[in-house]
Amino acid sequence: MLSISNLSITFTQYNQGLRRKHLHVITDLSLDVQAGEVVAVVGSSGSGKSLLAHTLLGILPTNAEYTGTLLFQGQPLTQKRCERLRGRAIALVPQSVAYLDPLMKVGHQVQRVAQLNGVSPAAARTLTHQTFQRYDLATNTQRRYPFQLSGGMARRVLVSTAVVTQADLVIADEPTPGLHPDVVREALTHLRELAEAGRGVILITHDIEAALQIADRIAVFYAGTTVEIAAAQDFSTGRLRHPYTQALWRSLPKNDFIPLPGNQPNPEQLPEGCLFSDRCPWVTPECTANRPALRQINNGWVRCIHA
Amino acid sequence: MRLNPIVRFAGSKLLRLGLLLLAVALFTFVLLSLSPIDPIQAYVGADMMLISPEQQELIAQRWGLDQPFLARLWDWLGQLLQGNLGISMVFNQPVIEVLANRFQASLQMLAIAWLISGILGLLLGIASGALEGSWIDRAIRLYAYTLASSPTFWVALLLLIVFSVSLKVTPICCAAPPGVLTEDVTIWQHLHHLLLPALTLSIIGIANITLHTRQKLIEVLHSDYVLFAQAQGERLWGIVRHHGFRNILLPALTLQFASLSELFGGSVLVEQVFAYPGLGEATVQAALRSDVPLLVGIVFFSALFVYIGNTIADLSYPIIDPRIRLGGNLEP
Repeated sequence: MLSISNLSITFTQYNQGLRRKHLHVITDLSLDVQAGEVVAVVGSSGSGKSLLAHTLLGILPTNAEYTGTLLFQGQPLTQKRCERLRGRAIALVPQSVAYLDPLMKVGHQVQRVAQLNGVSPAAARTLTHQTFQRYDLATNTQRRYPFQLSGGMARRVLVSTAVVTQADLVIADEPTPGLHPDVVREALTHLRELAEAGRGVILITHDIEAALQIADRIAVFYAGTTVEIAAAQDFSTGRLRHPYTQALWRSLPKNDFIPLPGNQPNPEQLPEGCLFSDRCPWVTPECTANRPALRQINNGWVRCIHA
Repeated sequence: MRLNPIVRFAGSKLLRLGLLLLAVALFTFVLLSLSPIDPIQAYVGADMMLISPEQQELIAQRWGLDQPFLARLWDWLGQLLQGNLGISMVFNQPVIEVLANRFQASLQMLAIAWLISGILGLLLGIASGALEGSWIDRAIRLYAYTLASSPTFWVALLLLIVFSVSLKVTPICCAAPPGVLTEDVTIWQHLHHLLLPALTLSIIGIANITLHTRQKLIEVLHSDYVLFAQAQGERLWGIVRHHGFRNILLPALTLQFASLSELFGGSVLVEQVFAYPGLGEATVQAALRSDVPLLVGIVFFSALFVYIGNTIADLSYPIIDPRIRLGGNLEP
């Protein structure tokens, strides 16, 4: 349904007067999503996860430029098409309640989303009512303002904004941080239900454990590129292909709890060769000469010549 | 008790008003006592040479000017508390009556200017903020900056030259045509004379409100919730209508009420240029002709007026903003 290949995003910034600098925030990123599956996008902050969501919705800042191929349902996803599809065929479930208008009642906001999908005001009201009921939100919740919602209620309201659309692709941007474990589980279940209903779901998160609970496949981002796309079971069966994914897995408290030393490269000074080469235990001279291409191994994809 | 916070709010506001007026009273009295104005000379005027020092002494005694400073202050405050502001020497009328007459004339002008500047300022600010960086935004900003930095009296003179002297579409002065009795002035003549002063005053006010509204709307348009609205497929004007307007209304209203004080100050200059017989013009006369009672009355009145404007702005917050109105209260 969605296929992204070799997406690169560059930010142009001016510092100290007219000196221009280019930030390569995303380099050769690839990802594909099928209908009915949850693909988790995992990476630390600054790996380009949220920018991917913004690209798909056509809401990148004006100083950003991108190259590469974006195909949605077989057609190229241009800025014009993005603007036509967003909210209708592609929906966003945002991070937090800060993405809701602070002065508008939440019921009204969800209704407005439905109306933007071409539903009549009366039908939108009914749809909102049904959706709120489905998520165990009391009727008077509709009359509340965002600041009056608890963390769990806010998550359910945010999911409702996607449910009232007919979107085929739902992008959930960091839906779990700072929440109680029960609320996290509930939020993830709701996303899984969206996939069961035949929609494609992209779950953007830095929490691998959360991702593994519901995702079919996991794409690991590092410094703005896809280093590996693996099936969820590859993690527990030890069939991970890329040294960064393996290090990430080992750094979890339930595993060895060993952090990986070093930091992601600065987007102003990316290394010539493999983006992970300066932290990689397997590094060889070939790694620093050329950027490795994404290769298919064991039904997964990896960007490493040694895998 | 549901009413309790409102009663407490009103009580504290009234107490503050009382303290403010007391402070204004003390300052005015001390400053005027120290000023070189001689009340007797101001009263007698050019006939001062015809009056013997004994007679002057008698007037001073009659007015209590021979009393020590604190006794005079005490006496004056007592009269003030009874609502006696004295008699205006320029108009030969009780100060209260002068204030009432003059304010009535000014009020119409202020109200028109206030409404026009509020509505036009808001509209221009929204257009300019929504189209940030476009030529429309640039034109509106240029206009606003130019007006914000032009002196009021200069704009008034300019409009007078253009509309009254060259085009002859508006009268050149006053609140009524010359030679017509107050009773015979029609409403149209009245509005005709009011038009240019009110317009001048509103043109000055627009700049401030436009620039503030623009800034606030730009802030709103860069917020996370507008980003999400875009992701929902909302277009620019849909965003302005559904999210922008709602979120800039509150600061706009506050600004609108707070701008009363600026309008009041501006009216002094505008009324002077157009010779419009309002409170502002009376202020200038009272000051030039050392009419101490009237001057004190006007100072009091303007303090009250500005205070009321700011208090309404304060009050509008809890009424309009649900975050303040409902607080953390979860019961709908």
